Amino acid sequence: MGTLNLTLKIWRQDGLNKPGGFKNYKVDGLNTHMSFLEMLDVLNEQLVNEDSEPVAFDHDCREGICGMCSMVIDGRPHGLLDGTTTCQLHMRFFNDGDTITIEPWRAKPFPIIKDLIVDRTPLDRIIQAGGYVSINTGSAPDGNVIPISKEISEDAFDAAACIGCGACVAACKNASASLFTAAKISQLALLPQGQAERKERVIGMVQQMDKEGFGHCTNTEACEAECPQGISVEYIRKMNWEYHCANIKG
Amino acid sequence: MNSYFYSSVFRKTLATLSGFFLIVFLFGHLAGNLQLVLLSGDVAQKQFNEYALFMTSNPAVKILSYLTYASILLHAALTLFLAIQSKKARPIDYEVSAGSANSSWASRNMPMLGILVMLFILIHMKSFWYEMHFGTIGNDPWGHKDLYTMTVVAFQKWWYTAFYVISMVILGFHLRHGVESGFQTLGLKTRKYIGPIQTISQTIAILIPAAFAIIPIILHLQS
Repeated sequence: MGTLNLTLKIWRQDGLNKPGGFKNYKVDGLNTHMSFLEMLDVLNEQLVNEDSEPVAFDHDCREGICGMCSMVIDGRPHGLLDGTTTCQLHMRFFNDGDTITIEPWRAKPFPIIKDLIVDRTPLDRIIQAGGYVSINTGSAPDGNVIPISKEISEDAFDAAACIGCGACVAACKNASASLFTAAKISQLALLPQGQAERKERVIGMVQQMDKEGFGHCTNTEACEAECPQGISVEYIRKMNWEYHCANIKG
Repeated sequence: MNSYFYSSVFRKTLATLSGFFLIVFLFGHLAGNLQLVLLSGDVAQKQFNEYALFMTSNPAVKILSYLTYASILLHAALTLFLAIQSKKARPIDYEVSAGSANSSWASRNMPMLGILVMLFILIHMKSFWYEMHFGTIGNDPWGHKDLYTMTVVAFQKWWYTAFYVISMVILGFHLRHGVESGFQTLGLKTRKYIGPIQTISQTIAILIPAAFAIIPIILHLQS
C-alpha cells in the first residue's frame, strides 16, 4: 500500500447562478485503496478542520448503482476508468504528485446548485414525458405468462441498466441527452408490456429532450465510451427509428 | 406530426438526406471529371467540352443542378443551426477536455470540416462554374466553350493543385464521419448491418476524395 500527495483543482461555486471558479487544494498522505469519493471526504475533513466550506458533491450508494456521483475528472466523466462510476474509481489509478482537475457536469439544462452538484431533474422530466405503461391490475400474474425471448430480454435489460447519472450529457460535445433518452425509450419499446404506449412514449420523450435545451446528437459516440454502464449507441439508432416510425406511420 | 418537423431528430434526418444526395452528385461529378484524364489530347478536349455544354444546357440536368444547390444550402444551414444550438447547450466549456479518449477526431470537428468544404466549394465554383456561365472563356476548334483548356491551365499551378488535394483530404474526413453517422440518424445502422455500413462509409470516404484528387495531380504532372 502506497500513499499519494495530490493537488486538486476543484470548481467551487456558492450556489445557483453565482459566479464560480477553480481553487487548488493540497491533500497529502492518501491511501491508494481509497475510492475517489473517500479521497474527497479526506479533503472535506481537512477543510472543516480549517473552518473552510467543504466541497459539495453528489453521492449516495457508493457501490456504482445509484448514479448520484457525478464529476468530470481530468476531462472525463467519472474519471479515466472505463465502465465505472466515480465512487468505483480508486486512487491506485493516480500517481503521487498528480494535479487532478475536478469539474461538475457542464450543460445548460444542468444548472450548478453548488460546487460539483448539478440539478439533473431535466432527466426526470424526460422520463415523465414518456407517460404510463398500461398493465392489468389485480393479483400478481403467473410467471412466464408473456413469453419473451432471451435476446429481447437481454437487450431490454441492457437498456434498463442506465442509472441516469448524466455522464452521457457530460461527455457529449453537444451536451446531448440522446443516450439517456434512447435507453429509457428502448427498454420499454423492446418489451411486450411497452407496446400499448410505444408511439406516444417516443414522441413525448424526444420532444421533452429537445425542450429541455439539450444539444443534438452528432454520433461522436463519446457517450457510450464514458457511460459507466456501457449503454450502447445502438439504442440511439433505435430511438431515431422509433421516432421516425411513430411520426410517419402515425 | 407537426412536432416532428421541429425536432432535432428530423432536422438531422434532413441534413442526412441532403448529404446523401450530395454524395450521389459527387459520383456523377467524378464520372464527368474522369474524362479529363481517361482520354487524351484533342479527343479529351472535344468530348469534355461537349459534355460541359450538355451539362449547362440540358433541362433535366438543370433540375438536378438546382436540387444540388438546394441540398448544399439546406445541408449547410441545418447543420450550422444545429451546431449553434448545441454550442448554447454548453455555455461554459470544460477546463480540461479529453475528447480523444472517447471519440474520433473527425466526429468532433464536423462543423469545422464542413466550413472548410464549403469554402472549397465557393472557390471551386468561382474558378469553373462562374467562368463557364458568366466569364469570358475562349472557344475550342469545334466552337464550344473551352472549359478543358481552362482546367488544364488552372492545374499547371502547383499551389492550386495542392489546394485541391488538401481540400479532398478534408472532404474525406467529413465523409468518414458523415456517412456512417447518417445511417445512424436514419435508424438503419442496426447491429446486423453495422459491418457493411462501416465498410461503405470507409470506401466512400477514401474512394471519392482519392479519385477526385488524382485528376488535378495527373493534369499537373502532364503540364
